Amino acid sequence: MIVSIASGKGGTGKTTVSASLASVWKKPVLAVDLDVEEPNLHLFLNPEISHQEKIYLEIPVVDESKCTLCRMCSDLCQFQAIKVMGDTLLTFTEMCHGCGGCLAICPEGALSPGQRELGILSQGSSQGKISFLMGSLRVGEAMSPPLMTIVKKRMMKILEKQKADAIIDAPPGVSCPAVCAVMDSDLIILVTEPTPFGFHDFRLAWESFSSMGKPMAVVINRAGLGDNSVYQFCDEKKLPILASIPYDRNIAQAYSKGQVVAGLSPELEHKFSDLARALQGYDREAPYA
Amino acid sequence: MREVLVISGKGGTGKTSLTGAFAHLDREKIICDLDVDAPDLHILLSPKILFEEKFISGNEAVINQDKCQSCGTCAEMCRYEAISFANDQYLVEPLRCEGCKVCVSFCPEEAVEFLPRYCGNWFVSSTRFGTMVHAQLFPGAENSGRLVSLLRQKARNKAKEEGRNLILCDGAPGIGCPVISSLSGTDLAVVVTEPTPSGLHDLMRVAELCSHFKTRVAVIVNKFDLNLEQTSRIQDYCRKNSHELVGNIPHDDIFTRAMVEKKVVTEIRDSNMALMVKQIWEKITGLL
Repeated sequence: MIVSIASGKGGTGKTTVSASLASVWKKPVLAVDLDVEEPNLHLFLNPEISHQEKIYLEIPVVDESKCTLCRMCSDLCQFQAIKVMGDTLLTFTEMCHGCGGCLAICPEGALSPGQRELGILSQGSSQGKISFLMGSLRVGEAMSPPLMTIVKKRMMKILEKQKADAIIDAPPGVSCPAVCAVMDSDLIILVTEPTPFGFHDFRLAWESFSSMGKPMAVVINRAGLGDNSVYQFCDEKKLPILASIPYDRNIAQAYSKGQVVAGLSPELEHKFSDLARALQGYDREAPYA
Repeated sequence: MREVLVISGKGGTGKTSLTGAFAHLDREKIICDLDVDAPDLHILLSPKILFEEKFISGNEAVINQDKCQSCGTCAEMCRYEAISFANDQYLVEPLRCEGCKVCVSFCPEEAVEFLPRYCGNWFVSSTRFGTMVHAQLFPGAENSGRLVSLLRQKARNKAKEEGRNLILCDGAPGIGCPVISSLSGTDLAVVVTEPTPSGLHDLMRVAELCSHFKTRVAVIVNKFDLNLEQTSRIQDYCRKNSHELVGNIPHDDIFTRAMVEKKVVTEIRDSNMALMVKQIWEKITGLL
């Protein structure tokens, strides 16, 4: 089973929930940080990293001696990444989406595959029982989905080999990176806080992810803060609230020290064990699907 | 004209609450919400929409089933695995389609149509603190970077029209395309962080991105009293890297209380917080 922890609004507690869930998960589990722009899960799970590799996107490299300036490549490119300027074919590699169209269409064999570094993929394990995988975008790289896609492929391989479940810490937002993170999961957990901002973005996330037809459930963080709109909405849409973490300065302080919230007290550990059990009980035919 | 961008790297550190308060404190500006993916500033400012336009950007491939001969070339060539074969049909999954046109160009039957993508709407509005330019990308939509560029251009036009000398922008979390689009040509990036391992880690990444674009960085530590040790670590990092420290804000639910009332924190009477935020804004304007 693959569970994604998403939110819409940032800072609602995705990483808190992901780290806590991974540490109480009963079956073999792979914790995956797909918030490649700002990955934080490793700061709480402190994994030993056993493998790191740079990840690249394929981009075109021009052999000017073969280019006849026919412009078939630049006419095809939708991203202004390859253009004829004067009598030279220029590439703007940071704009390239790696579709491979220019390489395939060039009739002269004047383009060959080159690379742009997207970031780093890291693998390891935490506390001897949690397998760990993360992507970290190169600072300056604009596109996160290509790196996320490669991390997800690695995730699938590991899951097959280890017969494990995956917990994905997703990026905030509701557009392409967030959708890319959750689209291959079996179940989406939306972590929200009961504030107007939290509710507004939670609702956007729910709208965005609804089209995928996957079961969704809710974890409320900082319960006691704000107002009732999240609760009313969940009630209306029959979205189950599987756990509620209280608004508590002690929890915020523990987080600020890099502690896993599930380890703070027996009550909190129970809360996350119950949440893990509820999630493990889900299958695709669950009533909320 | 000056452009100030409020960002954070990590989400949920207080960008929007502070941007709203700054908007209240400065009269001579245009407000711009560049978090087009999950915008929240309008919740505090209750904008009245004066102008609305569709944001159409990029294309998506759609297979015309009457022409398709099921040769599979499109699925083979698509690097995004956006085309699948089910029930004797090749179909494009819109969420995975990048709009690259490869399938359109290589289909031997010319069976793939390439339709413009309607990605969201953008607005010019009036608020109690002045004119605001903002947008809402449709859930799951792409091209947020292009929409950010468009909003910035519209905000500049508005500023010229109204004779304003400042554009105050609320940015997106992260360091990816919308943030990169927000940074070019910005005079000052105000990074709101918090004294947590994630806050510092994400501050370092977003500040590095700002340096990459040669944008000056000013840092606000929100909830600084949650962990004084982490706060001083953040301050050390800022001093070492010549980022301006413009203020510390204590952990206080007054921001949430103001938000519930659809107000900004400086509109809450007789609060120390209002004074503190005002001093921070004065420091920021002093850097411009």
